[in-house]
Amino acid sequence: MTATNTAKNGALEVKTTTCYMCACRCGIKVTVENGQVRFIQGNPDHPTNRGVICAKGSSGAMKQNSPARIFSPLLRKEGSERGAGEFEQISWDQAYDILTERLKKIRSEDPKKLAFFTGRDQMQALTSYFTKQFGSPNYAAHGGFCSVNMATGMIYSIGGSCWEFGAPDWDRAKYAVIFGVAEDHDSNPMKLGISKFKERGGKLVVVNPVRSGYGAVADEWIPVRPGTDGALIMGMLKVLLENGLFDREFLLTQTNAPQLVVLDEGGEDEGLFWQEGEFEDSDHTANYVWDTVTNSPMPFGAKGVKPKLVGEFKTPDGKRVKTAFTLLSERALADYPLDKVSKITGVPKEQIERVALEMGVIARDETITLPIEWTDAFGEHHKTVTGNPVSIFGMRGLAAHSNGFQTIRAFSTLMMVLGIVDRPGGFRHKPPFPKPIPPCPKPIDGPQYIQPNTPLPNPELGFPTKPENLMINEDGSPVRIDKAFSWEFPLTAHGMLQNVITNAHKHDPYKIDTLILFMANMAWNSSMNTSRMLEMLRDKDDNGEHRIPFIVVSDAFYSEQVAYADLVLPDTTYLERYDVLSLLDRPISEVTGLVDSIRQPVIDPPEGCEPFQETLLKLAGRLGLPGFCDDAGKAKFRDYKDFVINWTVAPDTPVGFLAGWRGKEGRDHIVGEPNPDQWEMYVKNGCFFELELEESLQYNRNINQGYLDWALDHKLIRRNDPIIMKIYSETLQRFRLAAKGVRKGRQPKTEATRRRIQKYFDPVPFWHPPLEDYRVDTEKYRIHAITQRPMPQYHAWDSQNAWLRQIIGQNFLYMNPILARKLGLAEMDWVWVESSHGKIRCQMKTTQAVQPDTVWTWNAMGKHAGAWALDPNVDEVQKAFLLNHLITEEISDGDGGFVSNSDPISGQAAWYDLRVRIWKAEEEGAWPQFTPIKPPPGMKKAPDVLRYSSSGKK
Amino acid sequence: MFCAIPPPERSEAMTKQLALVIDLNTCVGCHACGAICKSWNTSGQFGPLTDHNPYGKDVTGVWFNRIQTYEVGEYPDVEVVHFPKSCMHCVDAPCVPVCPTNATYKREEDGIVLVNYNDCIGCKYCSWACPYGCREFDHHDGVMKKCTLCVDRIYDQTLPEDERVPACVLACPARARSFGDINDPESEVSRAIRDKMGYKLMPETGANPANHYLPRRKTHVALDLDQVTVKKQKAIIVTRKSAQEGETLIEDFGIGG
Repeated sequence: MTATNTAKNGALEVKTTTCYMCACRCGIKVTVENGQVRFIQGNPDHPTNRGVICAKGSSGAMKQNSPARIFSPLLRKEGSERGAGEFEQISWDQAYDILTERLKKIRSEDPKKLAFFTGRDQMQALTSYFTKQFGSPNYAAHGGFCSVNMATGMIYSIGGSCWEFGAPDWDRAKYAVIFGVAEDHDSNPMKLGISKFKERGGKLVVVNPVRSGYGAVADEWIPVRPGTDGALIMGMLKVLLENGLFDREFLLTQTNAPQLVVLDEGGEDEGLFWQEGEFEDSDHTANYVWDTVTNSPMPFGAKGVKPKLVGEFKTPDGKRVKTAFTLLSERALADYPLDKVSKITGVPKEQIERVALEMGVIARDETITLPIEWTDAFGEHHKTVTGNPVSIFGMRGLAAHSNGFQTIRAFSTLMMVLGIVDRPGGFRHKPPFPKPIPPCPKPIDGPQYIQPNTPLPNPELGFPTKPENLMINEDGSPVRIDKAFSWEFPLTAHGMLQNVITNAHKHDPYKIDTLILFMANMAWNSSMNTSRMLEMLRDKDDNGEHRIPFIVVSDAFYSEQVAYADLVLPDTTYLERYDVLSLLDRPISEVTGLVDSIRQPVIDPPEGCEPFQETLLKLAGRLGLPGFCDDAGKAKFRDYKDFVINWTVAPDTPVGFLAGWRGKEGRDHIVGEPNPDQWEMYVKNGCFFELELEESLQYNRNINQGYLDWALDHKLIRRNDPIIMKIYSETLQRFRLAAKGVRKGRQPKTEATRRRIQKYFDPVPFWHPPLEDYRVDTEKYRIHAITQRPMPQYHAWDSQNAWLRQIIGQNFLYMNPILARKLGLAEMDWVWVESSHGKIRCQMKTTQAVQPDTVWTWNAMGKHAGAWALDPNVDEVQKAFLLNHLITEEISDGDGGFVSNSDPISGQAAWYDLRVRIWKAEEEGAWPQFTPIKPPPGMKKAPDVLRYSSSGKK
Repeated sequence: MFCAIPPPERSEAMTKQLALVIDLNTCVGCHACGAICKSWNTSGQFGPLTDHNPYGKDVTGVWFNRIQTYEVGEYPDVEVVHFPKSCMHCVDAPCVPVCPTNATYKREEDGIVLVNYNDCIGCKYCSWACPYGCREFDHHDGVMKKCTLCVDRIYDQTLPEDERVPACVLACPARARSFGDINDPESEVSRAIRDKMGYKLMPETGANPANHYLPRRKTHVALDLDQVTVKKQKAIIVTRKSAQEGETLIEDFGIGG
């Protein structure tokens, strides 16, 4: 063996770009040798990951090397079954001809017959714009089946959320509690933060049924039963409130806690904030507090007013009112005694009380003061910024339940009560958050905007505040194929990807023609009830036509979903293309300021593959979509890079995909004319742009007038009004009043929706059992079953990575030995796991690190035989399994109908509500199994021995 | 193997011992160190690191760094410990004297234990001798491989200075890994070992491993009930402005998930 000259490593080309091995969007440096990846490392200058990189990011070379790569557009062979893998290779011209003809017809007849749904595509600014300009409302990304409760529950409460919307102040917090965050959301920033925090001696408490990942390094573990975090948080709130451990000043100035809620029943203002004079059903009325100086209602925030935080009062017009805080306190104190909470959650009463007191006392007594001057929205100038050094963070464990929205309302309320939102040591927003509560964009409110050959006037998604914002027909039926923004799921800000195939198959509410899927493996691990989902994709009408007539999938690799497509468009990998991580999508900002970034090609794409963005642009050109084409119908943009540089959100608003180096000279930021050299300026800066706010604009941004003015000037927000946080949600109450028949305007038409809305749209946070618990016999199906994401693999969605599969190739059903003993199971037994809905066979292992009523497994380990260029004999097929088969995609609405198995407020898929029973299996091997998918023509043969070396060394 | 790596400047005392110090207090078991090690080394001077059946049944490959996970205690008082393990570069490395061809050797200048692939006959004596199970036999090459402490990075003058560390140290997202000379009392690693109760894995083996681990260090909050007593809790005109009616703003985007 000859040694290479080490100096050569330095001579090799190193390029910066942005990782895409998961959703974290870290900056990377890629060393390329002979056109292959020599090495991928973190970019030390990048604000997201500061030079570190995870196992997935480090394994990018094996994504490039995957034999599952598709090298040509594929058309399903006439007469073959979907899922059989019988494809013929066609040219890109043929693919475009097929697509253009089909989509032109749809667009000229009924644009909503196109449904375009994407996974975590990181180009939603483009994909949503494409669909909007096409004129179909049937667009969304993956939020509905991922973590929309986290996003909406918090955005409707504090104007921001976790992950890319906000983060713990790891540099200053002294106590941190993280709820339902296993190995993900987010990845490297979370690890960097926890490491810093622990190094400083902070106490980390992890609330999760499973102790793994971040839980492993926690100073204290609270093993909560799945789906009961809401009760736990309400119990903690009870402890804090009854001990006076709340930040009174914060509540009075930054939240609606002191605002007066009308108690009298029957009026149109029942449960809404009291107003002076004629009742106006509006989002922007000035709300009132009880002023102790004048002993009368005075406008919130008015000068000289000293508001009461607690109390019941009679207004001059004779109405009974209570402060919102009073309603919260009454709820917490009356409904959540710790004995009850302990019984629900499985967490000892003493532990709930102690952790709540630790949080409360540290928040109150260890206050941080920074010498930073700022002015609040009420005109008061402050010499310092103060903060309570307790931080709280949460993610999917809270979100992926049918009670998640209200749980996250409680979680947000806990933040408000402790007074930790956007303050030092607490939980800090990342600009462009906070946004108004909720942000202004609204979905279209009816079908009248969907017209042939016409773009939609609004984005497909938005934030309703009242029934008039729902996207429904005259008869109350849903306009969207996924039933988002319907009476069944009103606040569906991320859409409901999980419903699309089920509804399209049922032709409910109507039949679509073409379904385009990108980065969503709906034919496998991204769907509930996977076996049934595959049948639905195959199902045909009596006339022999598929129930879902035409399915188009773009993917770089041969996934299960690709095998179930009619037309496959071979995508490139993240190392082969131009991309933006835009403020117009989910941003990658830091708590200190705005950040966005790009990807540049570092490897040449293989012949036959085309970046999906380029495909969309070409398609838009062929369809003559306004915005992409000039008035003569000619494509305006040369390619995606040209689009990114030159497209603006509106002709007179010079805001585009990228915020950095705008203006002809590249001197403007966020707002500025397109800059022809913008791309090169990004590359020169390591492919990212960071705008750090001056310190006076970094805290208390909900009411920081300097920040609000800056944000307005830079078109981040529409008004510079203070963003008062919502302990009490008028939005929810408006829907409730409509359901009660009290409110004028749109009202739900069916008894079932009236009941749902009245029950779940409570303006004060509360806990209710997950809907599954009402539906199934919980004595029979006593055990909770959930998934966790393995750090080396979570979200590494689009290849079966030769290195990472060596770290985990089989998932087990993990259970506490206490449970295993009860079930008479021995280590490594094969077991049947049955839900009220289905059955699987898998192999179990015991672990002490799980709540004893809960079993868990790694997510998305099982693969369909024949997919991903894996041998059908691999463990991923023969031994690994999906829980998905056990989870029903629909549940009874109680009136003989069915609704999606999702949160009744936000439409979040209720993955973690699952209840099962388990017994020993006589047979071995994972079940169910499926007929292997054939490999497509042109796919490389997987090697038996891999000796990867970019230098070509053998 | 003839090593083309330039020898480091020799200190007078000749007592340099490079090593990794791994902080179990922050290691979350993410496998970043293992994966980046594979990536660096397979294309590096000591690669390729063969993988058998990379897309088939019983996939197996050569990894210089593997992460094990242990549970300690019983529910609910259970700790989960993630434990990355690679060659310990032992001071009295048992793998060296047993090697019949002297393929395994310990560098005097920095204490790194290396294998000369040209001389290795694949007899595996070294893996029998290693008390830590840190040797990796490459069946394709028929030679024993192992962690080199990225000897082809740490002296590479063409790399930026702060990147001249083992790849695993560069990657670690929890910053749980540090690298340096444990014989220099002023080095970062020596200080960490001193200040944070650093220990050697299984000292009873007599191998005197150079790599050290830092134990869990728990934070407790001792709350005095007196601290919980209810403490007595303790407006200028602003112009309101809006964007133009109908104007498209950044607020209108980034809605989906």
